[in-house]
Amino acid sequence: MTVMSYLSAIGAAQREAMDADDRVIIIGEDVEANVYGTTGGGKSRSIEGDFLQRYGKNRIRNTPISEEGIVGAAAGAAMTGLRPIVDLSYSSFLYMAMDQFVNQVAKNRYMFGGQASMPVVFRSAMFYGLNTGAHHSDRPYPMFMNVPGLKIIAPATPADAKGLLRSAVDSDDPVLSFEACLLWSTKEDVDEDEFWVPLGVARTAREGTDVTVVAISSSVPEAVAAAEELAKEGVSVEVIDPRTLVPLDRNAILRSVAKTGRLVVAEPAHRTCGAAAEISALVAEEIFDSLRAPIIRVTAPDMQIPFSPSLEKQMYPTKASIAAAIRRVVDLPALEPVAAAV
Amino acid sequence: MAELARDTLREMQLRMLRIRAFDERASKMVKRGHIPGTVHTSIGQEAQVVGATMALGTGDYMSGNHRSHGHPIGKGSPLGPLMAELVGKATGVCKGKGGSLHLADFAVGSLGESGIVGSSIPIANGAALSSKVLNNGKVALAFFGDGAANQGVLYESMNMAGVWDLPMIFLCENNQYALSTPAHTVTSGIISERAAGFGMPGIRVEEGQDVLAVYDAVSAAVARARAGDGPTLVEVITYRYNEHSEGLKLGTDYRNADEREAWLKKDPIVLFRQYLASQGFSEEELDGLQATALAEVDAAVAFSDASPYPDLSVAFDDLYTDKESVA
Ligand SMILES: Cc1ncc(C[n+]2csc(CCOP(=O)(O)OP(=O)(O)O)c2C)c(N)n1
Ligand SMILES: [Mg+2]
Repeated sequence: MTVMSYLSAIGAAQREAMDADDRVIIIGEDVEANVYGTTGGGKSRSIEGDFLQRYGKNRIRNTPISEEGIVGAAAGAAMTGLRPIVDLSYSSFLYMAMDQFVNQVAKNRYMFGGQASMPVVFRSAMFYGLNTGAHHSDRPYPMFMNVPGLKIIAPATPADAKGLLRSAVDSDDPVLSFEACLLWSTKEDVDEDEFWVPLGVARTAREGTDVTVVAISSSVPEAVAAAEELAKEGVSVEVIDPRTLVPLDRNAILRSVAKTGRLVVAEPAHRTCGAAAEISALVAEEIFDSLRAPIIRVTAPDMQIPFSPSLEKQMYPTKASIAAAIRRVVDLPALEPVAAAV
Repeated sequence: MAELARDTLREMQLRMLRIRAFDERASKMVKRGHIPGTVHTSIGQEAQVVGATMALGTGDYMSGNHRSHGHPIGKGSPLGPLMAELVGKATGVCKGKGGSLHLADFAVGSLGESGIVGSSIPIANGAALSSKVLNNGKVALAFFGDGAANQGVLYESMNMAGVWDLPMIFLCENNQYALSTPAHTVTSGIISERAAGFGMPGIRVEEGQDVLAVYDAVSAAVARARAGDGPTLVEVITYRYNEHSEGLKLGTDYRNADEREAWLKKDPIVLFRQYLASQGFSEEELDGLQATALAEVDAAVAFSDASPYPDLSVAFDDLYTDKESVA
């Protein structure tokens, strides 16, 4: 075990994957210079040498700013024997390549009757909460959950960032990884040996018996903090982190809600047709009779992300807004008006 | 012009005849409802298709577009599973999941046709990238139309192929129309000349109805690619004889009748037959090629007719590599 940040855990997983299999290559803008911090060596570039030195230009492919061309080329390369990891930097840039994601990456295996394998990982960082304005603050994973054929991961801890990425690289299906910049500096003990976190298996971040909070990405630590606060008032909160959004670990969610009878879903994406909406619908359809209170979603509102720090802070689920939702489902009086737009 | 073996010349004519016979039959089958939906034929463009595909080796890669049957046929894909795919049968080359627009036969390097104009160009580019990284000597070619030549992704791909010296051929099938739109009304400048902006050769084959002219141009591009000298843009001037898609009747006279007549006189199959006769092929031999192609298409239709439709139980197969991921 060694202490790793979320970001260095991603770098470690990429290094392990590159070492394990020559077919793994990294494609992306500014990957040579390690601008986004996952193609450097060890904890810093100077210690072990960066990826370019280790793997050379043949496998570290610095690209022009051509997202559509990059995503399509990665798909074609995956169909013909490589296992690319594509670094798309900001998740807002995925829209530039929408056709390739939806029409080629997601559909080719099915359309061609299983002839195509698509072992490719598309990594992108969600830069929300950092006052970068509306063009860089997106959390677009729910849009891609609406595209059959893609698998989607959203790690919330350094260990999951490392283990899920290894499984993503080993998957013969295309995987989109949505990483939260707010979590980049999160640190924990992570196994420096190889390990894999399987896709489609949720993690119970905290056990409890009264309320289930399903939380996604940076909402996970907020939910855990809210749970700890509520524990002081005798409310036992279970926090489930799906980790993989497609395929979703339905059973883990249903099992927990069947036990607690109450569900709050917290995520930083927009409200309409978000992951929280899907998870709420799943529970309402499958175990409505187990519910002892209405389901509450704590999400970003359906609006653009404003730049000003005083405005942006209110947009995403916080410990306070999640705690307020928990209080509502267990009929505790509200503490004080919570500013967040839930 | 390279001296070609008689077998190669014969094979060129046979593949052109196959495409013609296959597409003429497919056209009839669409009109009778035997093929659901519609198809886009390559009738009139056989020289451009076969000249390009025969310049590639069987192991080389190719991606295509909605005018989709000629490419795999030209690459050597057997007709039975292609026809069964058009009809939607379980024995189709894509198990009935793709249809006419999405033919693919990985066994002959056909990485798939595409219903989205321009969308499959970067797929071939990626195949060229894998060939370069794995150093396996393969070449990749992307077929696209004059209409697709105005999609931005082509230029992203040409730039990447150029800067990475990919073994790649961008093959523009300039049949002078994109659906109803004459190319010259929406295309600034000459397509092949755009190559210069990316530091790669741009070749315009004016005699695109001459299979040998296309073959020579694409062969030169393939040789460059294999030698590690990077990509080439090849623009072939050609003409489609049929409507954009079968069954479509456009209200406006967007192509004038005289123009079509003139191109019919330059039928690539008739032209090449004359050439073959001048090279000592007998009339019987040439008639025999025609008969062979027709018999292959008959057999392909019979194969399709005798094949079952896919069972509903396979509907979700191949969505993911594992069944557990299907929601
Ligand atoms: C992105 C996209 N836009 C529009 C269409 C509709 N469409 C299908 S084929 C076509 C014309 C394409 O012309 P061209 O690329 O020259 O190929 P051709 O049909 O002439 O072989 C159009 C507009 C489409 N399929 N995809
Ligand atoms: Mg055209």
